[in-house]
Amino acid sequence: MNKQTVLYPKHQQMGAKLVPFGGWEMPLHYGSQLQEHHQVRQDAGMFDVSHMTVVDLQGSGVKSYLRHLLANDVDRLKNEGKALYSCMLNEQGGVVDDLIVYYLGDEWYRMVVNAATTEKDLAWMETQSGGFELEITPRRDLAMIAVQGPNAKAKTLPLLSEKLQQAGELKPFNALADGDWFVASTGYTGEDGFEIMVPGDQAADFWQALSDAGVAPCGLGARDTLRLEAGMNLYGTDMDDEISPLEAGLAWTVAWEPADRQFIGRGPLEAQRKDPEKKKFIGLVLTGRGVLRNHLKLFNGEQEIGEITSGGFSPTLERSIAFARVSPDVGESCDVEIRGKRVPAQVVKPPFARQGKAVLAL
Amino acid sequence: MSNTPTDRRYAKSHEWIKDEGDGSLTIGITDHAQELLGDLVFVDLPEVGQSLDAGGDCAVVESVKAASDVYSPVSGEVIAINDALDGAPETINEDAFGDGWMFKVKASDMSELDGLLDAEGYDALVAEEE
Repeated sequence: MNKQTVLYPKHQQMGAKLVPFGGWEMPLHYGSQLQEHHQVRQDAGMFDVSHMTVVDLQGSGVKSYLRHLLANDVDRLKNEGKALYSCMLNEQGGVVDDLIVYYLGDEWYRMVVNAATTEKDLAWMETQSGGFELEITPRRDLAMIAVQGPNAKAKTLPLLSEKLQQAGELKPFNALADGDWFVASTGYTGEDGFEIMVPGDQAADFWQALSDAGVAPCGLGARDTLRLEAGMNLYGTDMDDEISPLEAGLAWTVAWEPADRQFIGRGPLEAQRKDPEKKKFIGLVLTGRGVLRNHLKLFNGEQEIGEITSGGFSPTLERSIAFARVSPDVGESCDVEIRGKRVPAQVVKPPFARQGKAVLAL
Repeated sequence: MSNTPTDRRYAKSHEWIKDEGDGSLTIGITDHAQELLGDLVFVDLPEVGQSLDAGGDCAVVESVKAASDVYSPVSGEVIAINDALDGAPETINEDAFGDGWMFKVKASDMSELDGLLDAEGYDALVAEEE
């Protein structure tokens, strides 16, 4: 039996097509996934992301714990509300999950982890907590709504408390709290906007207020095409327990300095860093006809060089795009095998589109 | 109230086939099928002159979500394709039973039509799936 977020009745009322996702029953779309995509690129849309888990970490040992647990370094966070994107690795350097961590005080950090990995993450975090003074508390009382798009902030701010209206001044990857309300200038679409944590019993009213303010409800379908265009990885498809951040385009999230910080997975990652055979993570734009899909094989002549990790149709580019993991000698183009035929694709560096526009010269 | 046209037959794999009365049959996918697929972004049609077997896959429709094969309900030869779909696959979402037609065939055995569903039978199939 799949779980439902507190916004489930709202989704039904607004005509969502609901599908199973990571153990939850979530909206795929409310009519047209394409329209929802354009709505976010051009105006404002909202996503129920309450299936993701907010985890509070509190105690005197929390900072040293997180510097051990995460591949990025929370020591970079100096100001209250500042956020950091990081991978949490296993001993082999594979990715247990990718997450955002917020600094709320020297003894209080907050993480947001993926829905499908929540139980695994919490078990791993518990296992690694020995010797550190801290408490790990999943905040299942909080719902979360992402409001994204060029008009997202303007439409959201008037609905917030006086204190939270200052969120309009937040720089990217910063957050502001007022009681249990928490407004972060983060997102998964490549557009301006907020991710807002709200007490569960107030979520439905807030969702309705956003809708009344002209923010369109959007489903997981549009969320996936938006993040793909924006060059953002999806856990479970682009990387997993077997794949290191260095082969998933996430080397920039690994804090190598200071060299004596022994985060979990550091050893294998150091070795892989020097490996000339290490796979490359690239973007693809299909130049021939068709649609790129997950797991399609890539070729350079007769030689198989890798496979697509996330593929789909880009509504902004009106072309098919993908992420792929390939051998390091990939050139400027390659062939994709689609239903037995070889179709040419151009190798590019993501992102494909951000802030309403294509960012690639095609 | 069903809006499934009664002037044609249906395959269980969600294609419609219409006898144009001039020896040609027009084939497309049903409105129910396009709704299941979601926004279509790519259509791959057979070639004119290609010969088709009843029940064989001969076209592909791809939505934002997934690719799906289209099967020919009858055997025969492709005599026309709807080129307009190439630049506007969403026509199938908008008008699956009309402008969203996919290809026309000259059937080699018109009696194959008898094995297909009528509108009522197709509606019953859809109701059962839901």
